[in-house]
Parts: sequence; structure tokens; C-alpha cells
Amino acid sequence: MDFAGNSKKSGRSARNKKQFNRVGHNLQFYKIPPTGEISLQEFEEYAIDRLKVLKAVEVAGIRLMKGSTEYIQKLQDELRKTSLGHDLIRTDKKEDKDFRQKDLVSHFILRLAYCRSEELRRWFMQQELDLFRFRFLREGPDSRDEFLRENSLNYEPISDDLKTELDGDLRAAAGSKSGVVDTIEYFKVPFTEVFDLVSKRKVYLEDGYAYVSRDDMISIVITHYRSHLSHSLAVTTRALPHLEEDGRLLPMLCGLSKRYLGQDFNAKKSNVGEITADMIETLSKKSFPLCMQQLHQSLRQNHHLRHGGRQQYGLFLKGIGVSLEEAMRFWRTEFCKAMDVDKFDKQYSYNIRHNYGKEGKRTNYTPYSCMKIITTNPPGPGDFHGCPFKHMEVDMLAQKLRGQHISKDNVEKISKCVKTGHYQIACAQYFEATHNIRNPEDSASININHPNGYFLDSYKLLNGPKEGTKPVPNTPKVIKVKVEGTGTPSSQTNKQSDLNDMDDDDLIASMETDM
Amino acid sequence: MPGEEKEHVYDAASLPDLLPIYYKRLFPYGPYFKWLNYGGGEFSFTLKDDVYIRYQSFSDQQELEKEIQKRCPYKIDIGAVFTHRPKDHKTVKPAAFQAQEKELVFDIDMTDYDDVRFCCSGADICPKCWPLMQIAIKIVNRALREDFGFKHLFWVYSGRRGIHCWVCDETARKLSQTGRSAIAEYLSIVKGGENQSKKVALESPIHPSIRKAIEIIEQRFVSYAADKQDFLGDEEKQKKGHGSMYRGRYPLSNSLKHEKNNNFSLTLLRFKDMWERKDVFNRFDSSNKRWQALCKKSEETLESQKYLKEEVMLQYVYPRLDVNVSKGVNHLLKSPFCVHPKTGRVCVPIDPDNIDSFDPFKVPTISAIIEELNTTESKDEDGKKIKDYKKTSLAGSMVVFEKFLTSLENSWKGKKLEESDKKMEF
Repeated sequence: MDFAGNSKKSGRSARNKKQFNRVGHNLQFYKIPPTGEISLQEFEEYAIDRLKVLKAVEVAGIRLMKGSTEYIQKLQDELRKTSLGHDLIRTDKKEDKDFRQKDLVSHFILRLAYCRSEELRRWFMQQELDLFRFRFLREGPDSRDEFLRENSLNYEPISDDLKTELDGDLRAAAGSKSGVVDTIEYFKVPFTEVFDLVSKRKVYLEDGYAYVSRDDMISIVITHYRSHLSHSLAVTTRALPHLEEDGRLLPMLCGLSKRYLGQDFNAKKSNVGEITADMIETLSKKSFPLCMQQLHQSLRQNHHLRHGGRQQYGLFLKGIGVSLEEAMRFWRTEFCKAMDVDKFDKQYSYNIRHNYGKEGKRTNYTPYSCMKIITTNPPGPGDFHGCPFKHMEVDMLAQKLRGQHISKDNVEKISKCVKTGHYQIACAQYFEATHNIRNPEDSASININHPNGYFLDSYKLLNGPKEGTKPVPNTPKVIKVKVEGTGTPSSQTNKQSDLNDMDDDDLIASMETDM
Repeated sequence: MPGEEKEHVYDAASLPDLLPIYYKRLFPYGPYFKWLNYGGGEFSFTLKDDVYIRYQSFSDQQELEKEIQKRCPYKIDIGAVFTHRPKDHKTVKPAAFQAQEKELVFDIDMTDYDDVRFCCSGADICPKCWPLMQIAIKIVNRALREDFGFKHLFWVYSGRRGIHCWVCDETARKLSQTGRSAIAEYLSIVKGGENQSKKVALESPIHPSIRKAIEIIEQRFVSYAADKQDFLGDEEKQKKGHGSMYRGRYPLSNSLKHEKNNNFSLTLLRFKDMWERKDVFNRFDSSNKRWQALCKKSEETLESQKYLKEEVMLQYVYPRLDVNVSKGVNHLLKSPFCVHPKTGRVCVPIDPDNIDSFDPFKVPTISAIIEELNTTESKDEDGKKIKDYKKTSLAGSMVVFEKFLTSLENSWKGKKLEESDKKMEF
């Protein structure tokens, strides 16, 4: 979108003059940016409409197992409640340019708003992909085929002979669906077309080709969409500085992206004041979420944490208000119980300064959100990071909870959530159990999205509010979808793209591995 | 390898004196540059005292040679090919400087097996645990070739405690981060952190790729786990073994000790329902026999525990990849033919078809090959100039490298016949 050019005329409301690209299918990969004019009001309206949709997608995905009947029902209900979502889930073939245009334009506006950091891009991609998958699967077989054809993703089914020859392998790779192998068509596609299936080992691979059943062809679509979207977001990030010339759009875009994330907990000063190294031990018992308690304990026990743990815990500590000096003191004290100071300074201090933006690209890194902890970089042998509700064996978790004197009822409640995949809800229940929250009104508002949010809520609850306001049991970090007029001023200043920063992080990890 | 291995002690203090000779006379610049010549990619050097220089790049072999000999790096890392020459990275906007392609790499490190080996820990390796690496090569090599259709796999011993694999096919080099993650995930079976004792969960039916991995493991499991590790040996003996075990990165901590001792009982715990632990012990007197008895029982057992035996085997020996190394397009990885500063061993290629003949403890050290150089120098035959490395124990490794290179070059020939052929003369 050529916003620099458009913005000059954007004062005019010019609905009838808009010339957006026509698309054949209701679904699309959003490959061609819309051209035309749009008012600032509409710009924001569209964005917020889509944000409501994506939020609905996220909520359904957190609460329910993706792809399950409950999930589909829930998402459908939620989408119906939003104006854009209502249209997006239509599967009729009626030409309706207006809604398609709105779909296209709103998607591209959010791309601009959500390309600004790794965390935002991850969130946006996840929701857009889930939305797309949901919509695609609602289409009938003919419509799906048509979509594949339109996007040149159609393949010829393999011959019956070949299928008979591969029968055993196809069956073995089909997992629980091995019963339908007989009745379903298979396609031979390069493995690079179906990364979803490859990573879950849900497809038979031979000599670089994947044998994909008709049911799984959605994977081809998703793989394409993902790689296209990821690439486009990277390109958009690079182009973003040009937008800065326009004084109106950028603040609005920043405002938009903030609506989802709420606080990123990267503030220089946390709301609870400076936390010194000596305070950490006590705080960890009272106000740390379970994931951080666990990292703290294993650090104290082993005098060491591996890279994943140091990142997750180190950035959390930064987020609660531990200064660089105090952080250095904290890590050094603990690590040097098992190694000499020299080795620590040589191998680990750089990493800590790096997290505080004092080395390398000098980016001020953001503490990890629950979504990041749950969905990325799962712990391996030797690791203590991750989300205990997701990554700990249920028995072990229950034992741990009982050890913390949590009542049998609560342990059971939490275990139940864990077993159904509701890790964040389990964490919220843990919060309730450890903070003696019985008031159902309070408990309804507890919503754990971020370990630092957990900490803040706990701290406020236990220590009372600072400025004499009523105690806030938890400020849910949910999006406040409310039109707040244009040009919301933003405090989020020149936050650099994390695309490259991630690499530094990886680099450090790599440097450690062979020392 | 030519020349009987003399007992040679490498002294890390001599490295600054040895490296210039190594880089002057032994480092195989010719084939090395040939291998990487599709690039203009990033090299980074770690110099003495951990001085670290990133974003080096070289337009020809001479330049590379000159720079390496001038700097004498303790470690060379290879990175990605970027949108711009790495050397010029400061002249372009950071956002525009993007990694374009790199070999798909795998890093398997013995440290990640600490919870399932009883002989060593941390950076230490010994003949009792090395079979883990042999199994890893076999399994990953098979999957990359047969499942993914890759043809140009270059396996390297890292010089200390692990192995690397460089997949050099064009498809592999062009993979996105998502693609790399997907392959690494496909190859990862042992999952879960310290809070998850059962780290392998198989679904029915077993995926063909895992089935083939299990077949490979079955051929080696008893020899490794029972004979070498004595993994179901007497408890007392196990405990004794543990005492001397932790000379590694950090001292023996309570939780780790606990974890380690538990491992042995973990196996039995999972067999508990069908066989009382005592019973197995009393009736049979060796790890091997105890394992056979458990396996036999497991075959007769419940549907829900159908794959118990397989899961136990996989948890013990299935390759544990460092996924983060494979994932990033611009993740750096230590270059082959570096010298490991601590052990003095050269990072030499491993022939995956002959893994049993590869012995990491016989990998030449820099001091040994330099000495060989001195003793064999006089024996020049026919006055013909032989490459210096061919006079040393490196010669065997070079054969493996050349074999890999020839097949790689053949694959290029179809594509850029004239162009690349000209460059490749050396």
C-alpha cells in the first residue's frame, strides 16, 4: 500500500472511488496489496474489526483443542458476533466485493501494525493461520480444489498401483487415521510443500517426496500461506521506516498493536520499584509463577541454568525490576558457587548484558509471554525452562503442588485443566489457590498471559496498591477493543525489528555449545 | 590411517606455536574452498583470548588462505550467505542484511545424553559412550538420505564431544527457518525437560521413519546398553560408578544425582507392572539377560504398553539433536578442519558408511601431525611434490572429504558446468 501517497488525500471519504483488487475465491493468500483510497476513520475501523476476529481466534485456540468439534463450534459462535467475522465464515459463492475488500484491506493494515517486533509477528501469524485454516476447512471439496487450482497448488493423485505398493507405509504414517487409507486419494508432493506434516511426522516421506492424503492437502495451503506471510512481514518491517514520514499513521499503528499485547513488561522501571538481588529469593516463593519458581529453584540447586532457562528467567527478572547491576550480582553469586569468577565473566556476563541491551545489537529484550513459553523452544534433557503446566508430567506436577500445600480439590482442578491442554487456565487456578482467592467475581477476572503479569498481580494483591486505589486482583491483559479516536499517542518508541536480534541470541547459544 | 599411532600427548600451551605451522602447511585450503565456493558466505574467527571477529568473507582461495594464516584462528565458524557480502555488512542497513542460504546443519553433542550414560558426563567421552554417536550417525544419515532425498551429507567429528552434519544439497541450503525446524522436529523423538521422566511416547502405528530407526538401534542396543553401559547392572555397582562421574561442567548436584540414579530404576519402574523388580534381579545376573527377560515379557503385555521396549530403547540411544543449531539460517557452526583448542584434535570428516572404523581417540592431534610432518619430510618420492597433509594421519580423512566433494561437484556440473569448473582449478 502506498500510504505516503494516499495519506495526502485520505481526508476525503471516497468509498465509491475505491478500486480494490477483485478476487475470485472468498479465500485468498493476500498476495496483492490493495490500492485505492481509504479514510483514516475507515482505516482504524477496519483494523479494529479484524483485531476482534483475530482475538476470537486466539481465545478459542487457548481454551479448546484446535480442530476439535468444540473449538469449531466456539470459534464459529464467536466470529458470528463480530461484524467482519460474520462475513469471513460465509461459504456461499455470492460475489460480494465489499466484504472481500474489507477482508483484504484489514489484513494489510494489521500487517503494518504487527510487523514491528518478533512477538507481534508471531502472534499475528498464528492467528491469521488459524483463521485461514478454519475458513478453508469450512469450504466444500470442490471449493477447496478450486482454491488449490487458482493458486497453482494442484497435484495429480498417485496411481492405484503405487498406492498399493506403499500401502504399509502410508498406513503406518497415517497414525490414527490409518483406517481410511483405502478410500482416500494420495498425492505425491515435494516435502518442502508440507512442513506442517513433516514436523509432526504425520506423513510418509520417501526420497524427498511426501505422500499426502486428500484430507491433509490443507497442509500445502498452510505451508504456502505461512511462508508467504512470514516473508511479507519481513519485507514490511524493512519498509516501515518510510511510513514514519507520515505523522498520523505510525502512532495509530503502534496503538493498534499495543491493544493486543497490553504491556510488554519491558519498561525501564517496573511498577513495583527496584528489586535487589537479595529480594529475589523471598519474592520467588510469594509472587513468582510456577515456571519461574522452578527456574529459581533449579538455579539455586545446580548453580547453573542452561541457555533456555537463563533467557526465560533472566528476562523475567529484568521485567520485574531487577537492574543490570543487580542481575549481574544475582547470577554471579549463584554461578560462582560452582565455577570460578573468571569463567563466569568470560562465558555468561556478556549474555546478561546483552539481554539488557548493552551488547551486540543493543536491543532491549522483552520478557517472554506465556504464549512464547508454551509454543516455542520446548525444554530438552537438562532443561528446566518452559511452562510447568505444559512441560511437566502431570503426576510430578500434582506432587509438586501438594508439596506447596495446595488443597486436594485444587490440585485436581489444576490437573484436569492440564490434561485438557488449558495451561494458562491451570496457571490462573494456581494463582487463585496460592493467593486465597475465593470470591468468584475475582476469579473470573484472572487471566494469565504473561509471567510478569502474574508477578505484578500477585505483588499488588499481597502488598496492597501503591497509590491507595482499590486492589486489583488481576488486570486481564486482554485487548480492549474500543475505538479511541485516531492518533493515539504511543510511548513505544523506535523498537527495532527483532528479526536480526534473534540471531544474536542464537549466536550466543551457539558460542556456548562448544566451549 | 597411515603410520602407527604413537602415544602422543597434546599440550594446549603449545597451540600458539603449532597453529601457524598447521595453517601454513596442513590446512586443506584447496578442497575446503572448493566445498564452500558456492557462497561468498560468512566466516568468523575466534582468536587467542576469545577475541571474536564476525562477518569475514573471501572472494578467492588466496584471500582466505592469507587471512587464516595471518590471524591463526583458534576456531573458525561458518555462517550463511547473505544478501550482501558479509564484509560489507556495515555499509548496508541492518534490516536489509539478511541471511539467504546455508547448509542445513545438525549438531549432536554427547552432553545432551548425560542422563542416559553412566560412564562420563559433560564434555568427556569414552569408548563406552561413543557408540551413541555411531547410532546417531546411522539413524540421521539414513533419514536424511532415504526420507528427505538428500545426497550430499558431510559428517564431521567436532574434535571433542560431538559430531556435526552438513547437508549441502541445494534444496537444503535454500531451506527457510520453518523448513529447517520441520526437519529437525521430524528427527526429534526424545522430548521433555528435567520434569518429564518418560521422554519418548510412541503412537500406534509406529511411523515408518521411527520403525527404521528402531531397526538400526536393535542391532546395537545390547552391545551398547547392556555390554558397555551395564544399564541394568547391580545397583551397588551403579552407585560406585557414579562417584567418579561428575568431573564435568558443574559439580554433582542433588537433583542431578537423583535423576541419574533414578534412570536405572526408571527402566524397571516402567516395567514394574509386569515384572517385580526383585524378581528380574534375582533370576538373572547380567544386564543383557535382564533386558532380554524384560523384552520377552513386554511382548506379552497389554495393548496400552505395546511399545514399552521400543520407548525405552529410544530414550536411551535415539539421537538428541540440538534443534536450535539446525533451525537458524544464519546460525554459525564450527568449521571442519579446525583444531579443538582443548584436545588438540582436528575436526575431521567421518565416513558414515564406515562409522565403526572411526575412532575419536585416534583422531590426530595437531602436535602429532606436525611431528609426522617433520619425520616424513625427507622421504619425498620421485621428487614429486606431495601435499603436506597427505604425508600425515590426516590423509585418511582427506580421502573421505574428497569422496564427498567429488559427488557434490558432479551434482553442480549439470547446472553451472563451465562457470564453476573454471573456479575450481587449484
